[in-house]
Amino acid sequence: MDQQVAGQQTTGEREEGEGSVKESSVVQRALTAGEGLKTIVGEEAISDLKVFADEVTLMVNREALKRVLSLLKENFGFAMLIDATAVDWLKRGEPRFEVVYHLLSLSHRTRLRIKVAVASTDAWVPCICDIYPNASPYEREIWDMFGIFIDGHKNLKRILTYEEFPGHPLRKDFPLFWQPGEPVEVEEEKNDEW
Amino acid sequence: MSQQTTETTLTLNMGPQHPSTHGVLRLILTLEGETVLDIQPVIGYLHTGIEKEAETKTYHKVITLNDRLDYVSGMTNNFAFCLAVEKLLGIEVPLRGQYLRVLITELQRIASHLVWLGTTALDIGIMSAFFYAFREREKILDLFEALCGARLTYSYFVVGGVRYDLPEGWTESCRNFLRDFSAAWVELDELISRNPIWLSRTKGIGILPSDAAIACGVTGPSLRASGVPWDLRKTLPYSSYNHFQFDIPVETDGDTFARYWVRMREMQESAKICHQVLNNLPPGPVMADHPWATPPPKELLDKDMEAVIRHFLFYSRGYPVPPGEAYAAVEGARGEVGFYIVSDGSEKPYRMHMRSPSFIHVFALPVAARGHLVADLVAILASFDTVLGEVDR
Repeated sequence: MDQQVAGQQTTGEREEGEGSVKESSVVQRALTAGEGLKTIVGEEAISDLKVFADEVTLMVNREALKRVLSLLKENFGFAMLIDATAVDWLKRGEPRFEVVYHLLSLSHRTRLRIKVAVASTDAWVPCICDIYPNASPYEREIWDMFGIFIDGHKNLKRILTYEEFPGHPLRKDFPLFWQPGEPVEVEEEKNDEW
Repeated sequence: MSQQTTETTLTLNMGPQHPSTHGVLRLILTLEGETVLDIQPVIGYLHTGIEKEAETKTYHKVITLNDRLDYVSGMTNNFAFCLAVEKLLGIEVPLRGQYLRVLITELQRIASHLVWLGTTALDIGIMSAFFYAFREREKILDLFEALCGARLTYSYFVVGGVRYDLPEGWTESCRNFLRDFSAAWVELDELISRNPIWLSRTKGIGILPSDAAIACGVTGPSLRASGVPWDLRKTLPYSSYNHFQFDIPVETDGDTFARYWVRMREMQESAKICHQVLNNLPPGPVMADHPWATPPPKELLDKDMEAVIRHFLFYSRGYPVPPGEAYAAVEGARGEVGFYIVSDGSEKPYRMHMRSPSFIHVFALPVAARGHLVADLVAILASFDTVLGEVDR
């Protein structure tokens, strides 16, 4: 059995070891970036830095989001926006929404998750298309599915549903079985499947 | 194009029902003569709300929804979903299960690339390649059918491992396939790679430079065709991919031909991995034994009351997953397939989001296709291998 350490011809820097050792070093690299960033932008911009299931999550204030992302892209090597989505915490109370960005660093071979808490009365996040151009469809999806306004987006139209569609389907109060003409917000889901 | 014609730009609607879009995709083209000035993709025609539906089903049932997203390579979607849930539960898959996952995913990659090759060649006008490619793909589907009974929506991967061990004689049929495939690969190569029509339709067409590819978020073979050696199997290895020796094909041209050639060579590398798995397949269980998140062994059901209870709870109420969030990604046939799962501690995912590579590739299309002819747009769109099922989710 040839136990081959991966990443031979891929990047310049090579990591020794494999399996769990390698896995922890991926977290370590993300953590280094997160803590380095925290020293630059300060406590008020990054309210929390969590490590869970080998993943590093930064809770970022909405006002500091664009600065944090451009710093991560320019100074910390997170060149690619992998994913952007949102989560609706209806039952938990305000702030109701969390907008989640997943970043990938090709040079450091690690990932980072950025989360922004958004209240339902003030549901907007700044557009990050000028930092990551591929954010545009993701942001349109967040607007379409969750109704979180993207401030500064040039083409903020619905993307998966149609223009006349009422409501935002991935909100927790949007009914699962919805028919045109029915209300788009329901009190309690009646869906005891099991 | 001369300066006089700049006033006469034309807006043309391509799709949603168009044979070259491989699904239901609408492109609003701005043309000057036959040159594409701008493209505006309009998606959503296949939106099925699977992410919403997943919130109302138990984790075990969600597996059956995932493979419907990217219906050309369902195994990869199941793989990424299971990895994400395993991260939350802290399950370590036994080595045999990990190796089987690698084997099946690599076969799935070959099958998916063959579908891509056949349909792209058909778009460009080589109809015979379609038949050769689909003949080989059919053999892989037969292997999958023998393995799990399904040909397209497998649900073979489950949280904790894979559903069944290999049936009797399967290893032999797989070896036979791999032997036939290496000959078929040469056949396809001879048929296509030096075909003058193919070369003139693909060489220098739809160039995506490496910096634009990274800025657009392009992943997978399309990124490697632009000269970026990024493959999650090597760079962020999962599920014992670091036990196998294989190369990452990289091309630097970034054109349609490079994307074709990367995929062709990837099929060879996948076959290489399959050989290594078959030669080194360790004995042992294929599924982890978790106290509640995996079904009990079948042979215990008529002996042990506790096992019956566990079986009943597993299949009816489902299993609770500790609260938290996890993102797991695998290198799919099209690019990075990722699942982001948020759990609130119940039996159903609080939020499941799929990071689908095609979704972002559709929006990278304008960058690659600007300035080309409408006829080339068909080839460029095909070269990104978009599957509309996972674009619209």
